[in-house]
Amino acid sequence: MPLKSRHLLGLDGMGREDIQLIIDTAVSFREVLERPIKKVPPLQGKTIANMFFENSTRTRLSFELAERRLSADVLGFQATGSSVSKGETLKDTARNIEAMKVDMVVMRHSASGAPHYLASVIDANVINAGDGGHEHPTQALLDMYTIRERLGRLEGLHVCIVGDIAHSRVARSNIFGLKTMGAKVSVCGPATMIPREIEKMGVDVYHHIDDVLPSVNVLNVLRIQLERDAGRLFPSIREYHNYYGITRQRLDKAGRAITILHPGPINRDVEISADVADSEHSVILQQVLNGVAIRMAVLYLLSSRN
Amino acid sequence: MRKLKAQIIDEAGFERTITRLAHEILEKNKGAGNLVIVGIRTRGEFIARRITRKIEEVEGVTLPIGSLDITLYRDDLLGKLEQPQLKGTDIIFDLNDKDIILIDDVLYTGRTIRAALDELIDLGRPKSIQLAVLIDRGHRQLPIRADYVGKNVPTSSSESIRVHVKEVDGEDAVLLMHPELPN
Repeated sequence: MPLKSRHLLGLDGMGREDIQLIIDTAVSFREVLERPIKKVPPLQGKTIANMFFENSTRTRLSFELAERRLSADVLGFQATGSSVSKGETLKDTARNIEAMKVDMVVMRHSASGAPHYLASVIDANVINAGDGGHEHPTQALLDMYTIRERLGRLEGLHVCIVGDIAHSRVARSNIFGLKTMGAKVSVCGPATMIPREIEKMGVDVYHHIDDVLPSVNVLNVLRIQLERDAGRLFPSIREYHNYYGITRQRLDKAGRAITILHPGPINRDVEISADVADSEHSVILQQVLNGVAIRMAVLYLLSSRN
Repeated sequence: MRKLKAQIIDEAGFERTITRLAHEILEKNKGAGNLVIVGIRTRGEFIARRITRKIEEVEGVTLPIGSLDITLYRDDLLGKLEQPQLKGTDIIFDLNDKDIILIDDVLYTGRTIRAALDELIDLGRPKSIQLAVLIDRGHRQLPIRADYVGKNVPTSSSESIRVHVKEVDGEDAVLLMHPELPN
């Protein structure tokens, strides 16, 4: 059964079967990543352009590795120092790249909806690698894969996303995906970081982390974006850590096995204490490995749909 | 719907064929000492398990057995409208310097075997790869032949062969089917 869309723009509206298919396919690619030769040929002859209009290291590396592991030819593109800084429009940049006979485009952009626009003007398959505060579908898919791998299921689990929900595309994609898969989702953070009316997305809101810990199976801890003037949203880093930091003490008090995810890069002793990040509760490095497998699965499944 | 033309192998014949293939493999390799078994998903996997069980009975040994999903190595992926679902390769032992018995249900164009050979060689450097198939129906498109053949069945390319195994289909049998009727 194929995916319903020829692009991956977001998890909003993506059905359960499609999410399941992507995760199941990723399991097969995880096996490839354990081989002595970690490369398979299904995308031989395909050309993929990675268009990153916004800084990214790990997502870009993860996509690039996934593409190479599938034997695709890879074009790198970064906005700084390219024609974008000379004033070229997104449409013209994309058209030019497409004129080089590119089959798929992976795009990150600071504007929400940029990949949707791109998908409407070019023929290549478009994969959203993060658009503004909107969606980051492959991150949510790898999060769900990692949770399923650790706990055996998604349905019926309580997953709480902690941190700056208002500015997080990771949170939005996770909420869409997890709800579709039958998980109970809540968010936790100071009021300045929780968007108004987020309850309409079907999530519970908590302002005290100790209230949610007794019932939660999984914590997805978001990074505090210190570089984005997070200071406006809470008085001090120390205060944020005191109220929302995931510490050993808090987990011990909750007295249950809680799986901890983090999309990285982590700020040790801000949103998560260093010992918890390195503990058996944490699946942070597993997420990195699973991210390559998920991206291979998405690329493989979309590659035929032209 | 294709209609049945003939039953080529029945349940008893199936068992005898497996037994003979197991003995031929042992004879040619002078025992099971260096053998590993790899079945091609999906039907080849079950044939492989049967042959392995037979070899283990005869020799009193346990053999490493794995299964191969050749989908990622197919040569027709680019033309496809939808990607075939992956079932995963499951080979958890070392292939280096082993004699691999590669097993599939039907040998036809040879393209599946080409893909399997490429994948195996990416997984290690075996001493040899030998091919065992339940049915060889001819019509090769690549220079590939089997080392062990359960039964040669001359067919026309419009006919098809169905291999049924108890684990999936509830019976052991090989069926020759008529060409598909135009609607």
